[in-house]
Amino acid sequence: MAEFTLPKNSTLIKGNTYKASEAATNVRRFEVYRWDPETQENPRIDIYELDMDDCGPMVLDAILKIKNDIDTSLTFRRSCREGVCGSCAMNVNGKNTLVCTKAIDAYPDTIKIFPLPHMAVVKDLVPDMTHFYAQYASIKPWIETQTPAPSDTERLQSKEDREVLDGLYECVLCACCSTSCPSYWWNGERYLGPAVLLQAYRWLVDSRDENTGERLDELEDPFKLYRCHTIMNCTDTCPKGLNPAKAIAETKKLLVQRKLG
Amino acid sequence: MHYRSPLANVRGLGSAKTGTSHWWMQRVTAFVLIPLSFWLIIFLDLSLKAPIQEIVAWLAMPLNTIAIVAWVVAVFYHSALGLQVVIEDYVAAEGIKIIAVWTVNLVFIFLALAALIAVFRIISIG
Repeated sequence: MAEFTLPKNSTLIKGNTYKASEAATNVRRFEVYRWDPETQENPRIDIYELDMDDCGPMVLDAILKIKNDIDTSLTFRRSCREGVCGSCAMNVNGKNTLVCTKAIDAYPDTIKIFPLPHMAVVKDLVPDMTHFYAQYASIKPWIETQTPAPSDTERLQSKEDREVLDGLYECVLCACCSTSCPSYWWNGERYLGPAVLLQAYRWLVDSRDENTGERLDELEDPFKLYRCHTIMNCTDTCPKGLNPAKAIAETKKLLVQRKLG
Repeated sequence: MHYRSPLANVRGLGSAKTGTSHWWMQRVTAFVLIPLSFWLIIFLDLSLKAPIQEIVAWLAMPLNTIAIVAWVVAVFYHSALGLQVVIEDYVAAEGIKIIAVWTVNLVFIFLALAALIAVFRIISIG
């Protein structure tokens, strides 16, 4: 059956508390998920009180402040700090987001930072993305053609053809959407999830691609595609404002069109 | 110990090349059940108020017979399709999943047959 409760070794315990200095007047409280694979201990919640007068505006700034000034053992992924690399996806106050583009002021009180839900944790805030990336590779995210490339030009695309990809190409594969989807939680081994299905749709509608039929063949499966029950968590949580649920619905429409049209 | 690459795990047994009909028929039956359910309310209302002869005569009218048969077929088909999705969502063990899906399917086929035979017996009295 689907697992609705945490196994014993995943139950959260209380961790350490790091108080702000007495002089600080503008203090925010951060509760951060910690787990170290090298100890036999359960994951714990560490509490950090930060002086906001000495911290940048984004949630990532707070996490970096903790790492630099308070606790160097805190482990997380980050790179571009402007929402284009997709590394710093985390669950903040119950909702997945890129912490580099999320302002601390967007939250009213205590900020709780967890790794992406329902993923195996490598350490602290770092989830294991191996399966997610393999799913991405499985949809062949590259152009597939029968016609040889023109010798003197690139494969041409009209302005209208290119506009079809708006709302699809911006995806940075941060996995916020897939890991917010209950269907992906229960059946993630087989269900491709919203992020990968959005990418699959991006290649289905690319005017230069010539393997649309084969791509649809691969997607037509009760688990790969049809585990989507339009729960819409994906669209709700996407930090880039994209709409994976619509891409999945459009893919289903293409399959119906192929059958009935 | 198994050494399979992450991609081999994802590609698994490949695509089943089905699922669209299941998804589409669930929507078609849902759509058909909207008018049929309004008809059913009229039928249930009559069943509570009128004497049995009048109900049987009403049900034996061709359009009403078609409506009850269509409702029975659509509602059991729709239920079986829907429950299959719920089972596939929440039951992970392959064996139990297949047994559960087919138990549900057979129960609904049996119930639909029983309901249809009951309808024909009732209207044949009238």
